[in-house]
Amino acid sequence: MRTVAVVGASLAGLRSVQELRSQGFDGRIVVIGEEPHAPYDRPPLSKAFLSGALPAADLALSDDDFGAEWRLGVRASRLDPSSGSVFLSTGEVVRADGVVIATGGRPRTLPGTASLRGVHALRTLDDAVALRAELLPGARVVVVGAGWIGAEVASTCRSLGLDVTVVEAAAIPMERALGPVLGSLCADLHADHGVDLRLGVGVESFAHNGSRVTGVVLHDGTHLPADVVVAGIGVEPAVDWLAGSGLALDNGVLCDHGCVTSLPSVVAVGDVARYRSSRGHVRHEHWTNASEQPVVAVRNLLAGTTAETFRPSGYVWSDQYGVRLQLAGETGGADEVAVIDGSPDDRRFIAEFRRAGRPIGLLAMNNAKLFGRLRRRLTAVP
Amino acid sequence: MITACAVDDLPVGESVVVSGEVAIAVFNADGEFYAIDDTCTHQDASLSEGWLEGCFVECPLHAASFDLRTGIPNCLPAKKAVRTYPVVVQDGMIYVDTGRHEAVA
Ligand SMILES: Cc1cc2nc3c(=O)[nH]c(=O)nc-3n(C[C@H](O)[C@H](O)[C@H](O)COP(=O)(O)OP(=O)(O)OC[C@H]3O[C@@H](n4cnc5c(N)ncnc54)[C@H](O)[C@@H]3O)c2cc1C
Ligand code: FES
Repeated sequence: MRTVAVVGASLAGLRSVQELRSQGFDGRIVVIGEEPHAPYDRPPLSKAFLSGALPAADLALSDDDFGAEWRLGVRASRLDPSSGSVFLSTGEVVRADGVVIATGGRPRTLPGTASLRGVHALRTLDDAVALRAELLPGARVVVVGAGWIGAEVASTCRSLGLDVTVVEAAAIPMERALGPVLGSLCADLHADHGVDLRLGVGVESFAHNGSRVTGVVLHDGTHLPADVVVAGIGVEPAVDWLAGSGLALDNGVLCDHGCVTSLPSVVAVGDVARYRSSRGHVRHEHWTNASEQPVVAVRNLLAGTTAETFRPSGYVWSDQYGVRLQLAGETGGADEVAVIDGSPDDRRFIAEFRRAGRPIGLLAMNNAKLFGRLRRRLTAVP
Repeated sequence: MITACAVDDLPVGESVVVSGEVAIAVFNADGEFYAIDDTCTHQDASLSEGWLEGCFVECPLHAASFDLRTGIPNCLPAKKAVRTYPVVVQDGMIYVDTGRHEAVA
């Protein structure tokens, strides 16, 4: 293999470049990244960067270029795997005998808000800069969606002293991931910190003055005045550029148990990759996954065959309202949840998720040390 | 020089935090004692709560792994080294020489 093209210059792309080099690939690497920025860390965008505590310079993920050609601010518009051609927005074509797809995801946007100022999604550094500029004293913020990102944005806005309302269509936030009891605990965290949480109600429309949002109208007729609206309603895998490539696409790039697509010369990693696990095809949207998958994907790419199976640690963290949440393994799909250390009332505990009596996942709140030990035991289970 | 604890109070695989000017974590890695800054250089996490494997401690938060001998991280997301401090064992007690921290690049 002489040339590898890495498409997407964020965490999974950077980790792929690192792995290519550390696994001994000394050929040409071309990295194509749509954003103008060198790889940076996304998690702080809803936390310390949004609050202003962390400067942009501290977000950089690496100071090394690994002897790769970094084509930043350039989009890959099409892939022809049979000839190994990646077509760029500049009109150039990169010919490569290996391709790493690391294009991540794009945030879903709220219908009918495309031309409205004051309505934000949060995925990129530029998104975060734009949102932060509007979090001015006295601003009334409505967050749509009480998932991880929504909760973190709400928490950061409260820490800035802003008025925050969170609108969530489900009756219990995070119920599918965490179950009803721990989902309700997430609701309590919002309430404890003075957030007005509206559960079980969807958004009907947006009020505006012609150019800027002024409020959010809910299905039950409630009108919430708003200066800033933030959508935290999920992410779509960025696969549009792969249309016509012949690769199987279904809620992400479909790949096998080693992150290899239907072609052995093309692998997919990070938020965009939907790989085959023992539970069927799954796609994760978490930092650790994007960092871990390239180890296996690059090994298989260089081997020209699926020599190794990806085994996810399933580790996820979230910081909100001053508590540190950590998850490992599978938390959805449990038939039993038991608190095995501490107590939810003290906001310091560990819950174990079980299926048929077997531990499958963990959730810790402010309990990092024990969590670190227990999560190893979990992954040791076959 | 500050006192960490008695050798007997720090079994293999365990850690203790001593507070001086900054918090310092002392580890017993397979019988060898090491002292490093307790706070991760990435964000706000206590490395003494991390996972010890050989001469490396993995940050409990985002899993950056630091070499206890040099303080240098060997993976993302940390990029900066933590400071390391000489450890002295005398008469069954563990001491940390906080005056002589090694400022690694
Ligand atoms: C605000 C926020 C907070 C988060 N907090 C946490 C957290 O606390 N814990 C956690 O575990 N995870 C968190 N995450 C998730 C984590 O950041 C992602 O899982 C991770 O960034 C995925 O990395 P990736 O490289 O796969 O994709 P991405 O980071 O999405 O990067 C993909 C890159 O590819 C580029 N790209 C897309 N299409 C093309 C194309 N056609 N050509 C060229 N380039 C293209 C994009 O511009 C982008 O730069 C958070 C995410 C966000 C947005
Ligand atoms: S705080 Fe230690 S790795 Fe992030």
